[in-house]
Amino acid sequence: MIERVRAGREFGANVYSTVDVLWVLYDRVLRITPETADDPDRDRFLLSKGHAVAGYYAVLAAKGFVPVEWLDDQGGPDSRLGDHPDRLLVPGVEIGSGSLGHGLGLGVGTALGLRAQGLLTPRVYVLLGDAELDEGSNHEAIAYAGAVGLANLTAVVIDNGSATHGWPGGGAAARFAVNGWTAATVDGRDHDALHAALTGQDGNRPHAVVAVVRDGERA
Amino acid sequence: MREAFVDATTALLAEMPRTALVLADISAASFAPAAERHPDRVLNVGIREQLMVGVAGGLALTGLRPVVHSYAPFLVERAYEQIKLDLDHQGAGAVLVSVGASYDRAAAGRTHLSPADVALIDTLHGWTVHVPGHADEVPALLRAAVDGDGPAYVRLSTQANARPRGGDGALDVVRDAGPGAPLLVAVGPTLDAALAAVAGLPVTVAYTHRPRPFDIAGLRALAGAEVILVEPYLAGTSARVVGDALADRPHRLLALGVGREELRRYGSAEDHTRWHGLDAAGLRRSVGALLASPRG
Repeated sequence: MIERVRAGREFGANVYSTVDVLWVLYDRVLRITPETADDPDRDRFLLSKGHAVAGYYAVLAAKGFVPVEWLDDQGGPDSRLGDHPDRLLVPGVEIGSGSLGHGLGLGVGTALGLRAQGLLTPRVYVLLGDAELDEGSNHEAIAYAGAVGLANLTAVVIDNGSATHGWPGGGAAARFAVNGWTAATVDGRDHDALHAALTGQDGNRPHAVVAVVRDGERA
Repeated sequence: MREAFVDATTALLAEMPRTALVLADISAASFAPAAERHPDRVLNVGIREQLMVGVAGGLALTGLRPVVHSYAPFLVERAYEQIKLDLDHQGAGAVLVSVGASYDRAAAGRTHLSPADVALIDTLHGWTVHVPGHADEVPALLRAAVDGDGPAYVRLSTQANARPRGGDGALDVVRDAGPGAPLLVAVGPTLDAALAAVAGLPVTVAYTHRPRPFDIAGLRALAGAEVILVEPYLAGTSARVVGDALADRPHRLLALGVGREELRRYGSAEDHTRWHGLDAAGLRRSVGALLASPRG
């Protein structure tokens, strides 16, 4: 599927480092199907790092949210699949993204909106990159979600070592933990470890999963 | 107007279960009773304006109708990209309600001035903009905005006319100088000064508290060869709209409002009104100069 999106183009680490997490989420974690894509009680997946789109489209196609044929013309003049996803053009896509630092705030609002309407089952997953955590808007969201114990929110950080100044002193997970989140750091290639971490919420606090992927090569 | 907003929003939160309020500490104390009654729908995120707008976008995506409130520069300018992306790009509507613009707290200096707020909102598509001229106009405007689904900006101020005017946002003729007379359109709290300015002059005066969508049909029905805009925010904000609406007719447009230059002066709001030529004497000078100049 991803080869079909690739169509001879070179993909960077941002694609290959994300596709394992996306697959585990859509195959084993998220309660979403094409049939329940508009069900208020569905889990929400928000792709904040919108440039990681190739693997996302491939997974959406593999799971039947979009026709596989759409993959052949990504970014074309008549395509609904851009180099960043648009929720109004692509079935199953919860947010339009591309500019870094917007997904987690939207995720916090989504989690609050579900809670306010008594929808206590759905979980909200937001996928970010470690470099994206440089954006101050994410710090606003991390501090607030921790302070109010937003238990239905899970942040998934793909840590491929992209942040310019890094995250020393315990890595990205420490930044969440110090703000009152539960946090786990796992091998971003290990599907069972990912599954355990992505379902490791404690029911009281927001949860962060840092998926470490140290090389951009395909597994 | 802020008190009217607090009371009206508190009532709407009780009446309409889909209403939510997002704050960034500004006015939080005034909304404490509402927060106690609706803890899940009155959300104070602290001094985090980017998050405030992002949260509003997320709430709207789940079907709630968020009201987002802060001081004008913090609400509209600080988190402009969040307004563009977390609301507009997501197809998510919200009602933004500001206080303080353009220079209500003149003594606080540039950090608290926001004459560009309506122009910034006007870079986006499909927003309704309400600029009430009196506190008593606020409840109805706010109710209509919250009851809808589209994006709306409600601009509250300490500047006000002596009495409220009703209306649905269509141009409301306050003073009729007859067919073909120059038309002055006063937006929100500029009306009283505008009326005083044209006393004794053959100028028709119309009022609106809803500059977007601008009442194009009303404008075309009322406008002669001269149109004068008086707006309490950046001068020329509605010039584009008026120019487009009258593109097929010879006309002259005088667009008055707050100047672009940073004055670096404190003083009172009344001082700034005078310095920007928006008091009655200043407006009379500008209108008089237009009417005295020969038509090309």
